[in-house]
Amino acid sequence: MTKVMEPTARAAEAHLPVPRQMAEPVLELRDAAVRLDGRILWSGVNLTVGAGEFTAVLGPNGVGKSTLVKMVLGAMPNAAGEVRVLGARPGRAGHRIGYLPQRRSFDVSMRIRGIDVVRLGLDGDRWGVPLPLPGPRRRAARGRVAEVVELVGASAYAHRPVGECSGGEQQRLLIAQALVRRPRLLLLDEPLDSLDLSHQGGVAALIGRICHQEGVAVVMVAHDVNPILHHLDQVVYLAAGGSATGAPQDVITSETLTRLYGTPVEVLRASDGRLVVVGRPGSTGGGGHGG
Amino acid sequence: MAADPIWSWNLVGDVRQMWSYPFMVNAFRAGAIVAVVSAAVGWFVVLRRQTFAAHTVSVVAFPGAAGAVLLGVGALWGYFTACLAAALVIAALRGTGDGEESALTGTVQAFLLACGYLFTALYKGLLEGPQTILFGTFLGITATQVTVLLCVGAAVLAVLALIGRPLLFASADPRAAAGLGVPVRALSLVFLVLLGAAAAEASQITGTLLVFALMVIPAATAQTLTARPAASLPLAVVLALGATWAGLTAAYYSPYPLGFFVTSFAFAGYVLALGARALRAALPGRPVGEVAG
Repeated sequence: MTKVMEPTARAAEAHLPVPRQMAEPVLELRDAAVRLDGRILWSGVNLTVGAGEFTAVLGPNGVGKSTLVKMVLGAMPNAAGEVRVLGARPGRAGHRIGYLPQRRSFDVSMRIRGIDVVRLGLDGDRWGVPLPLPGPRRRAARGRVAEVVELVGASAYAHRPVGECSGGEQQRLLIAQALVRRPRLLLLDEPLDSLDLSHQGGVAALIGRICHQEGVAVVMVAHDVNPILHHLDQVVYLAAGGSATGAPQDVITSETLTRLYGTPVEVLRASDGRLVVVGRPGSTGGGGHGG
Repeated sequence: MAADPIWSWNLVGDVRQMWSYPFMVNAFRAGAIVAVVSAAVGWFVVLRRQTFAAHTVSVVAFPGAAGAVLLGVGALWGYFTACLAAALVIAALRGTGDGEESALTGTVQAFLLACGYLFTALYKGLLEGPQTILFGTFLGITATQVTVLLCVGAAVLAVLALIGRPLLFASADPRAAAGLGVPVRALSLVFLVLLGAAAAEASQITGTLLVFALMVIPAATAQTLTARPAASLPLAVVLALGATWAGLTAAYYSPYPLGFFVTSFAFAGYVLALGARALRAALPGRPVGEVAG
């Protein structure tokens, strides 16, 4: 069932032709810890993410998965250890990080088009109002938006009002918005959470493709590891006492999780390869989902 | 006013006749300024779904204007002071959460409305009756008032142009905007101040109860017709301007009040837009159903 492999990056390189680890890592956490309201949420997290690597952040509800993303964004200080994002301290590389916040959707009354939502990701933080004059800059902006909309496969509905798009369509448009500035690191906070099962696979495959083909490093907070399992290079399991990092088949095991949480945890593998984590409610593995 | 002017269907002649009276020229000028400013601010109000805040700010103009007349400082001051103060109070109450404060806002709004009623009762010889403050007038708009409307309106539009794009981002997608460093909360505060100024302006034409006629209806109509921001914002301005000038003309040639006409024309536009959208959705060749993501 699980074959113990050499840790982390080597497993990823197996299906990636481009050598990536020569350059400095996109994201590096050394013994990082975070404090919320005077309480240490998690500590001793070590993580190295190279270009084109897909990493999932897993753990029970309330353990601070989203907080890790906020720390990488620089919105939350690290209480210990060191955090380097694109060779700098967090918060210094904002324009090279794409960020998809948690649980975001547009309701029907939102009367702007999907393409406008994507465009706002490109220059929505600039002051002033763009004048509708033709020019090279405007052409370049439009070209980039069309390109990224094509990349996520949203061309068919990008010109419709965004509120009329389905949850999966909106999520693709939001991924396009996060990608439009050509970030080197994409931070996703439970992007599959609001989608039904049939759309989860499609969006997960899209994220995997962006990561491995476009070379964007992806760090994704996930509630259920199964939809993304075969796209992943490594996982980080967070717990109050510590963390476990490594290839999915090394970390999502009964032994590792039992040791990490100090309570009996059993990882079962269904015949189709899906993992079910038993013994720790609300953790991962999508115990409640079918399959 | 002239002894019962008669509509002739000779548009040029009619306009010339109306504009031969300085008070009508002032009314058209004031109406144009107010329509443009209200529609531009209102476009964001509709997008941000802040119509309740807009309603509160404009209703507060009533006690403001009545109180100012009672104190003898002039209604103009009352409109702006009350609306801007209300906008700042709403901004303060908003705090970190959204939508929680609606009961509190509603309570304070009802009390202030009652205060306005008291002020008008205390000032027995009130030249502008409560009806005028509540439902608007085009009589007696002075050149000074037009100048004040123009200056405040220009300032509102200038600020709106400066913050336009980040405000659109923060309105449509606040979390992503915050992630890219857009000062979402500061923009929300600045926008409420602009809303206060625009509501104070519109109150002087449509009356405090009918501010929505220029602030919400044209924007809602434009956003119904098109989802392109670059098209719907100018369209809202044109619709507001059309409703105001048509309303002024109708009010001049008929014995009925201005507020009714402006609101009715704007409302007719909204109903037509809804009809056009329903028709477009029903026509073949434009899929309305959701495509699988």
